[in-house]
Amino acid sequence: MTVIDDISDVPTPDAKLAPLLEVRDLHVEFHTRDGVAKAVNGVNYSVNAGETLAVLGESGSGKSVSAQAVMGILDMPPARIPKGEILFQGRDMLKMSGEERRKIRGRKIAMIFQDALSSLNPVLSVGYQLGEMYRVHQGLSRKDAKAKAIELMDRVRIPAARERVGDYPHQFSGGMRQRIMIAMALALEPDLIIADEPTTALDVTVQAQVMELLAELQAEYNMGLILITHDLGVVADVADKIAVMYAGRIVEDAPVHDIYSKPAHPYTKGLLQSIPRLDQKGQELYAIKGLPPNLTRIPSGCAFNPRCPMAQDICRTDVPQLHPVGTARGSACHFWKETLGE
Amino acid sequence: MSEPTLSKDPESSAATAAEAGAPVVEAAEAAAAQLADREPILQVRNLVKHFPLTQGIVVKRQIGAVKAVDGVSFDLYAGETLGIVGESGCGKSTVAKLLMSLEQATAGEVFYKGQDITKLSGRALKAVRRNIQMVFQDPYTSLNPRMTVGDIIGEPFDIHPEVAPKGDRRKRVEELLDVVGLNPEYINRYPHQFSGGQRQRIGIARGLALNPEIIICDEPVSALDVSVQAQVINLMEKLQDEFNLSYIFIAHDLSIVRHISDRVGVMYLGKIAEIGSDAEIYEHPTHPYTQALLSAVPVPDPEAREHRERIILSGDVPSPANPPSGCRFRTRCWKAEARCAEEEPLLAIPTRFAEVDTPAKHESACHFAEEKDVVGAA
Ligand SMILES: Nc1ncnc2c1ncn2[C@@H]1O[C@H](COP(=O)(O)OP(=O)(O)OP(=O)(O)O)[C@@H](O)[C@H]1O
Ligand SMILES: Nc1ncnc2c1ncn2[C@@H]1O[C@H](COP(=O)(O)OP(=O)(O)O)[C@@H](O)[C@H]1O
Ligand code: SF4
Ligand code: SF4
Ligand SMILES: [Mg+2]
Ligand SMILES: [Mg+2]
Repeated sequence: MTVIDDISDVPTPDAKLAPLLEVRDLHVEFHTRDGVAKAVNGVNYSVNAGETLAVLGESGSGKSVSAQAVMGILDMPPARIPKGEILFQGRDMLKMSGEERRKIRGRKIAMIFQDALSSLNPVLSVGYQLGEMYRVHQGLSRKDAKAKAIELMDRVRIPAARERVGDYPHQFSGGMRQRIMIAMALALEPDLIIADEPTTALDVTVQAQVMELLAELQAEYNMGLILITHDLGVVADVADKIAVMYAGRIVEDAPVHDIYSKPAHPYTKGLLQSIPRLDQKGQELYAIKGLPPNLTRIPSGCAFNPRCPMAQDICRTDVPQLHPVGTARGSACHFWKETLGE
Repeated sequence: MSEPTLSKDPESSAATAAEAGAPVVEAAEAAAAQLADREPILQVRNLVKHFPLTQGIVVKRQIGAVKAVDGVSFDLYAGETLGIVGESGCGKSTVAKLLMSLEQATAGEVFYKGQDITKLSGRALKAVRRNIQMVFQDPYTSLNPRMTVGDIIGEPFDIHPEVAPKGDRRKRVEELLDVVGLNPEYINRYPHQFSGGQRQRIGIARGLALNPEIIICDEPVSALDVSVQAQVINLMEKLQDEFNLSYIFIAHDLSIVRHISDRVGVMYLGKIAEIGSDAEIYEHPTHPYTQALLSAVPVPDPEAREHRERIILSGDVPSPANPPSGCRFRTRCWKAEARCAEEEPLLAIPTRFAEVDTPAKHESACHFAEEKDVVGAA
């Protein structure tokens, strides 16, 4: 495959050692009529080639906004990035020119959105939209691009790809459309895929098909994968490590096994306790009291303090930093030891 | 605008429930014994709903039908929760609408205390409707944004003034707000001033207004955040005990359905594939579709992933306008044989289990019904 103007041609000293993507102290805010909504408040995470990072959080916790910042697809204004670094292969994307970022987008970092129907163009055939990737980025002829499109549809297991290449998005089921979105993201063999709730709109049986496909392709191409979700179940099956978000911050960050067996943050712990389990018939469900905060008025100290069963005075005044817990994990809680200990 | 806060939280009492430590097994057995000699409150028999497919603009010709519900039967007992699960488009919401008489059934009967409500109209229907209420999926669109919370909850009284005479209404609405854990002072607020979980509480309060016996809940918590879902589920369970309500709980989340249901029916393409008690369905499923569905549910436990067998179904659900012959599941079933294409399996206790005392002894519409532990709980 020939990639024109490959940006990695420009060597950077530490490109080999640095993680594939590293987000440092990212802040994003929106200027709205109600005030400034602080959607992302100092997010840090990193992902390596071949690794899956799950970003977990409830709706409004800032998962999509931080991913959009990485992709460079935030509308600015109303969005603003007052602070932070987004290092891709060691280079800060926030300091690049628009031209440079466009070259990375799609080619090196691709994104899969939750709602496949609205991210595909309804009046163009699926084959045309897939082929467009090759025509625009690689200058292939229409005929070659179409052949590539069929190959890709085959890769993501669309039955009878050759016959269906001229069909329109609405003629495919939800699961097939999501597989076509995956095909589109894969087209240029990116180094990193960001999948924003890729299976949330799908039935469990189809969700399983799609997740399996995504995991398989990721391993095959040795890509980094950032999987954004609100579903603790989905990530347990595929993630290597998990970053839990609350009110625009990562409150816990850990290898997947640790987080489920021994959460080190009261919010993670509450979430795990509040979901009913298929293999257990419990009594009353544990419920986290109250509601997620309004982002124009995030509580002082720890943002989770009004809902936290362990909150003390210090939680209402001091913002907890991400304390290291063992070697590869962290918890932004003043009482992480006590949380772990119980 | 200030964020409304809950006046109380009846749901944050997990600790007390744990302390009480009710003997689960005994309770379940007692409940089963009770069921056996109770009359069902609702009996659904061979319920069918076909939506005509038409072609042509001036002269409409019927070219077929979407067989949304195609012969569904089940019973509902007083005070129990019957869960209905199945993939998108299998006919769950259509069943709900038929039970509510919001759609006219193409065929079949729904007996409410012995009376077929599909044949009722006018005053007789109105009288029955009072006792069967519904809570909808989407707390964002199911409430009229221009009505106050008080008017929304009190609206059913316009149709049934006998339940709450004019002078009593405000008091009754305030009581209902209190029952669902909202501050009665919010009576004059509008829906947009509430969060999703609070709006779902408003929907529940409205469903309770007429003191119904049955509440049909179509995906009542699917649109809510994980941390808020548990609050609403706990509220629904509390209200069920308090008012002896029967629930039909429709959802695609199998874990939530297991948590709340006494019995569960699994739907596939307009039919019930398997039905039984929660333990029978989740721990001893005999229908290949139920087994596949259960095996696909992600369990929030990475340790479990090594122990679980995953059945990944190929392909998608066929169109309900043109379902496969014989067994409808055969196009995706890994056990399908020639017989499955020719002969439709009926929903019944499989003969091989009929004479034995086993949890596999429950209704399953498969020629080759056999047990398979997919959840790993047994
Ligand atoms: N008014 C209608 N006219 C034509 N077809 C309809 C109508 N209502 C429902 N259908 C079809 O009937 C089938 C069953 O629909 P239904 O809404 O009952 O599914 P469901 O099980 O509730 O799905 P979901 O999980 O997506 O809510 C679908 O194929 C649907 O497209
Ligand atoms: N264009 C926008 N204007 C104002 N606020 C926005 C905009 N986009 C997102 N937000 C706000 O940012 C917060 C985080 O949103 P998002 O990242 O989409 O959450 P999620 O974690 O559900 O993906 C939310 O409160 C959302 O309302
Ligand atoms: S810092 Fe305090 S309020 Fe925040 S999670 Fe920890 S204990 Fe709870
Ligand atoms: S009847 Fe046949 S096709 Fe249908 S579920 Fe049973 S084995 Fe599968
Ligand atoms: Mg989002
Ligand atoms: Mg529905």
